[in-house]
Amino acid sequence: MPASLPDVDPLIAQLAGAIAPVLTPETVIVGIHTGGVWVAERLHALLGCKQPLGMLDISFYRDDFSRIGLHPQVKPSNLPFDLEGRDIVLVDDVLHSGRTVRAAMNELFDYGRPSSIRLAVLVDRGNHELPIRPDFTGLTLDVPAHQNINLSRLDDGHLTLSLA
Amino acid sequence: MNLQLTEDGRLRHLLTLDGLPRAILTQILDTAESFMDVGEREVKKVPLLRGKSIFNLFFEPSTRTRTTFEIAAKRLSADVVNLNIATSSQTKGEAILDTVDNLAAMHADMFIVRHAQSGAAHFIARHVAPHISVINAGDGRHAHPTQGLLDMFTIRRFKGEFHNLTVAIVGDVLHSRVARSQIHALTTLGVPEVRVIGPKTLLPTGVEQMGVKVFHNMEAGLAGCDVIIMLRLQNERMKGALLPSAQEYFKFFGLTPEKLALARPDAIVMHPGPMNRGVEIDSEVADGPQSVILPQVTYGIAVRMAVMAMLAGGATA
Repeated sequence: MPASLPDVDPLIAQLAGAIAPVLTPETVIVGIHTGGVWVAERLHALLGCKQPLGMLDISFYRDDFSRIGLHPQVKPSNLPFDLEGRDIVLVDDVLHSGRTVRAAMNELFDYGRPSSIRLAVLVDRGNHELPIRPDFTGLTLDVPAHQNINLSRLDDGHLTLSLA
Repeated sequence: MNLQLTEDGRLRHLLTLDGLPRAILTQILDTAESFMDVGEREVKKVPLLRGKSIFNLFFEPSTRTRTTFEIAAKRLSADVVNLNIATSSQTKGEAILDTVDNLAAMHADMFIVRHAQSGAAHFIARHVAPHISVINAGDGRHAHPTQGLLDMFTIRRFKGEFHNLTVAIVGDVLHSRVARSQIHALTTLGVPEVRVIGPKTLLPTGVEQMGVKVFHNMEAGLAGCDVIIMLRLQNERMKGALLPSAQEYFKFFGLTPEKLALARPDAIVMHPGPMNRGVEIDSEVADGPQSVILPQVTYGIAVRMAVMAMLAGGATA
């Protein structure tokens, strides 16, 4: 483990660089609430994406709903484009178990049938529980199971990673 | 002990809005807001209640309420069974709890209950196993909480806030479970002025104790209102001594364009349905630009989805 976590901005720039070659004018970027949307907003701007940004709240698709109930603050999903036949870059902040990504894909398919979905994550921290791997990764870390890595946004919009 | 809430303050059954904290009402309205777009999608479903069985137990006829509960449950991916018990085993003399026990033995997860008797949903809620939730879809003159909630959702959508509103409820408050639920919700959500307007014979005695202002003159009562809620005049009331005639009632308490003009120019007109056109409301108003009666029906689906999702999630935790 590194003593301190790297700055987020260079990681996002690196992600954008990796995504750029596969981007077409029809590709849409979709962020998963909340951290994934922050990263997706940056990527959307850096890549000069022509399509509006999509946002997903996967609360209605979580597989632990019957255990923990509904998240009290569900934000509306907003996909202001037709998904049918689209290439999608799905963005999340941290890939851990893979369950959030699975829920997000289930939700996307309820809006239409995309042509392809690629996964971009700021941090892949390991401990996957599903056969889901990112196509684009800002940082790969081996974080012990009992620890969490979190992305937070300061009042000035600055993004930082922390370990807890 | 509050039958409606778990020990840690989550919703367990929805039986009445009386005594439900503001935080829970607001949470229901916020959750309903996030369900609004599900009806617009290609697949009008989310998988939250997949595998759950919901029984619509209607001991009293209903079209709109039963249908919107059914649509709401289906949009949450639940399996829904509709029972019109007025026409089935109740006529053969089966006791209400026997009916409930039999349906529980079919692995019911939730009962949605309408009954002509006040307290029927409470009675069932007290009886069922811990994993089963009960929603009151109208009991006698007592309560109709999801109607009250969808009315609050409608008001919030059109008016934004509650703290600066004057709301009038007009008509047969005496026999109206809808009015009772509305009054509880409006006062809990902080509406500073709730008025009830109607003839003395159709307002319950002591209604002032619910925190409302009473008017027997409609013109005076409507002055300056932001929201006007018309109640259905049940035709059977006309047969008793409570009212002279429908024409007479319309003259004094029917909402006409002339009377509506006394309220604020941006006032909205609501009605829980079914409407008696020409008795409590003029068609010109019911179909006019200030009417939000059809949006109320649409919002009812999202509000009922919110209540069911909050009841079903984490129920066994």
